Formats: sequence, structure tokens, C-alpha cells
Amino acid sequence: MQMKAVIEAKKLTRKFGNLVAVDQVAFGVYQGEIFGFLGPNGAGKTTTVRMLTGVIDPTEGTATIQGHDILKEPLLSRAHIAVVPEEANVYLELSVWQNLILMAELHGVARHRYLQEAELLLDALGLSERKKQKARALSKGLRQRLMLCAALVTGPEVLFLDEPTSGLDVQSARLIRQTVSDLNRSGLTVFLTTHNMSEASEMCSRVAIIDKGCIVAIDPPEKLRSTISSRQYVEVRFAGAAPEHNELESLPGVSHIDVDNRTFRLYTKLPGQVVTEVVRLVDRKGLEITDLSNRKPSLEDVFLHFTSG
Amino acid sequence: MTVQGEKVQTWRRQLHGSLVILKKNARLYYLKPPVLIFGVLFPVFFFLAYKMGRPIAAENLVPGMVAMALWFTASAVGPLVTPWERSAKTYERLISTPVSLHAILAGDVISGFVFGTFLSTVPVLLGLVLTDAYIGNVPLLIAGIVMGALSFASLGVLLAAPPANGPANIMLLSNLVRLPLLFVSGIFVPIGQMPVWAQWIAPLSPLSYASALIHSAFGHSAFFPVWLSLLMLVLFTLAFFMTSCKFHNMWRAMGL
Repeated sequence: MQMKAVIEAKKLTRKFGNLVAVDQVAFGVYQGEIFGFLGPNGAGKTTTVRMLTGVIDPTEGTATIQGHDILKEPLLSRAHIAVVPEEANVYLELSVWQNLILMAELHGVARHRYLQEAELLLDALGLSERKKQKARALSKGLRQRLMLCAALVTGPEVLFLDEPTSGLDVQSARLIRQTVSDLNRSGLTVFLTTHNMSEASEMCSRVAIIDKGCIVAIDPPEKLRSTISSRQYVEVRFAGAAPEHNELESLPGVSHIDVDNRTFRLYTKLPGQVVTEVVRLVDRKGLEITDLSNRKPSLEDVFLHFTSG
Repeated sequence: MTVQGEKVQTWRRQLHGSLVILKKNARLYYLKPPVLIFGVLFPVFFFLAYKMGRPIAAENLVPGMVAMALWFTASAVGPLVTPWERSAKTYERLISTPVSLHAILAGDVISGFVFGTFLSTVPVLLGLVLTDAYIGNVPLLIAGIVMGALSFASLGVLLAAPPANGPANIMLLSNLVRLPLLFVSGIFVPIGQMPVWAQWIAPLSPLSYASALIHSAFGHSAFFPVWLSLLMLVLFTLAFFMTSCKFHNMWRAMGL
């Protein structure tokens, strides 16, 4: 069955003068998924998010959110979304509670609903005791939690998170990740922009990698990792003496090796065969292994593969 | 739901959005120092500078004082809100909500309108209590204050349209516009007694028309007829508001 696209970008393009910041980007984000949007600085991530959330208009192309065109029906498309930007731009002179209510009222949420929802969210994100405190008095982590509360109190169907845990303390980052994952399990669709590869790997069902304004890869993290199987390696560490560099490099199946602080990385498409060969070599030479493991490329390797050069 | 019904609901939602913006602006900006200095202290000092040492009956100054207070207060809020929100990056949050840009700017206009209308009652009351001034035509005074406040507040929002990074530059720009117009709008010297060049400029200032209405309401003679003053204030309000919407959309298209 064809899944329903909650967000559908159609040749979305944004130019600033002669610079093409986002070039004919097309993708779909499906109901109930956490969609990661990765890319180096200046690749076009934030510009894409700003177009999808109505902050700037595309130069060409368009997108739909819940079937509403962002150019033809901007108010209806924005009625389904909430945004948590990288910088916690809360109203510093308003209290925690007033910040929440402001966003709920701007989204036209019924009073009885937002009063109940706001209390629950403040409690879930550990802000209940700071309800009357001005946002100015909150730390960066707490402000970001407030941003998440203010976004969620509007009852969005799609949540845009732009680097939500960047520079946060461990507790706040973990709480935000946990809350988003929990809400996703109950049906919330999430569009996550992040530099944090482990976060993307852990949370996202699919990721898109954007580089120089173009989407260069889009798939589930596991599938992306398997597309660069040449980046698999066997990692081995020896107790005491180690074999010669060229002995390891000439083992069957090894394409090349890296050495980092007495740890050898033997890159191969056939990790099982290379493990066997390493063990045979060690036996033959009477050496001792302290660590031996088969490593698949991480999402960071995938990211570097698609964005470097 | 019918197309008509949907339109009514959309208008109702956008009006609600404007009122939420008004509430936010009142909480955040009414007591900010630039608003109090340029909106409240300025007219008081201008009044004192004009009055002190001159043999002018205080009651003759009341209409001018009311018009001047309205001019400064109603146009003080607009130039602060958008630049402040742009620098705090809260502006982006507002425009990603389902409230239209028109409704957001209308909320800013209403904020200036409420602030100006409320504070301009102070010189009216002081004038009535402390001087021999009297109001000859109450509905005309209300119309003058309401229409004046709307057009001045719209001017304030228009002045805030350029994409500045901080409020200081916009406040400077707003005073560059507001102060010269103050002197050619018949506040201190009746328009008929001003030099010819100033009489040519006076019709370009919305303050001239609001001042004419307020002077008429206090039983003084006015340079412009009532109907023309009302019409011009409506036109100024619409022109300022539509131009500011156009500018905001233009900056948005440019990604600023």
C-alpha cells in the first residue's frame, strides 16, 4: 500500500541572488516517520526548513504539507506544523506559562484543551515548577525544553526540529530525544535537522543527505550504510608485537589499511574472510590479539562518503 | 461548510490572531524604555518647550497637546515591535504560525492604536480639569482620536518594515519622519499662518488632518473640513498598512 506523504517537496528551489542555496529538491516524508535531514554547514538544510515552514518563499517549485500547497494555501499548511528552531527564541520577558499559551492561542487551540495540555507538557519536560518564571531566567537547555513544549501545545501533526539538542546538557538532550520518540510512536511525524549522526542514526527511520543544495542520498540509515560496503572494516589490536603493515595489507580480501594508535583497520568487502585470515596470521606468528571486531560503516561514514569532495 | 462560511471562519481566526498579537505586544512592549521615551516623554517636553515663557492661554493649547500626544504615542509601538522581534528571532516563529502576515501587522497596528488612544485621554482629561478648555463636539473628538490613532499606528508599522537588525536604527528613522511632520501639521502654529512651503507640505501629513478634527471638536477653527480630514485619515491608514504588508512580503521574497 502506498504510504501517505505528509510533506512532499516538489523541485523546491531557493536562490539568493546568483547563489542557488537549494536546487530542485524533491522528497516525501511519510505519516508517522522521523525523517532526518543531514548536511554540512551551508548545504541548504535550514533554507529548506524555512521554506517548508513559511518563513521564506521558494524561488521555484513548491511543497505540500498534509496536502496543502505552501504557496497556495499557506495558512492551512502552517496549521498542521510546529517548529523548534536551533536557537531557543522564546519570549524572554514572558513567563514559561505565557510563552506556551501565546503559541497555543496563535494556533487557535481551544482554551480548555491547551490549559490541560500545557500542564501535562510542562510536567513531562520538567518545567512545572518554573511555570511562573520568566524565560530569561532559564538555562539554554530549559529554554529548548520550553520551545518543545510551546511547539507541542499547538497539537501539531508535523514537528520540525532544527538541531534541537545542539549544545545542550546531557539531561536536556536525552529528555528531548525521549519525548520526541514517544510522541512519534503515538503518530507524530517529525522532520529532524541535525549534525549529530548518532542522534540521526538512533532516531530516524529515513534520512536525506543534502550537499551544495542538492539531495545526494535518501534512504533508511541501515540501507545507506550497506550502500557503501567498501567502507566496512575489521578492527584489530595486538598485545605486544604486531605484524608488519604489508603483511596485513596483503591478506586476501583486504583493500587497504589504516593504523591509528596501534589499532589496525583493515577495509574489506569480505569481513568474515579477513577475520579468519587475521587469526591464521596471528597463529602462524605466535602473536596475541586483544581486540578483534567487524565494523560496519557508521552514518557518519556514509555522511562523509556523500558530502566530502 | 460553504465557501462563504469558510471565509467567515478564516476572517474570525485571523482577527483572533491579531488580538493575540495585541495581547503579546501590550505585555512586552508598552513599558519598554524607547516607547516611554519617544511616546510619552517627548510630547510632554515639546509642550513645555512651547508653553513656557509664552503668553498663550493654556486652553488654546489643549487640542494641539492632544493631537501631539496621539501622534507620538500611537506611532511609538510599531517601530519597536518588528525590529525587536527580528533581532530576538521571534519574528520567524510568528510567521510560521497559521496567522497571516496581514493579521500579524494588523495586530501591531491595533497595539499602537490602543496605546495611543488610551494615553491621549490623559491630556484630554488634564485639559478639561486644569484649564478652561471644553469639548464642543464629543463624537468628532472620538472620531479624530480613533482615526488619528489608526493612521499613526499604521505609519509606525510602516516605518518598522525595513529589515533592520536592531530597533535603534528604526527608532532613529521613525523620529526623522515624525519630528519634521510635527512642525508642519498645525500643532503649534495654525496651518493658515505657516509659510507657503509648509502649507504645501501640511496636506501630506496625517497629523494635519487629525489635528484639524481635534481642533474642531474643541470648538477651534480648522484648516481642513471635517469630511476631508476623515477621508484622508482613512486613506492614510489603508495606504500605510498595505505598503507595510507589501514591504514585508518583498523582504520575505528576498529572504530577509
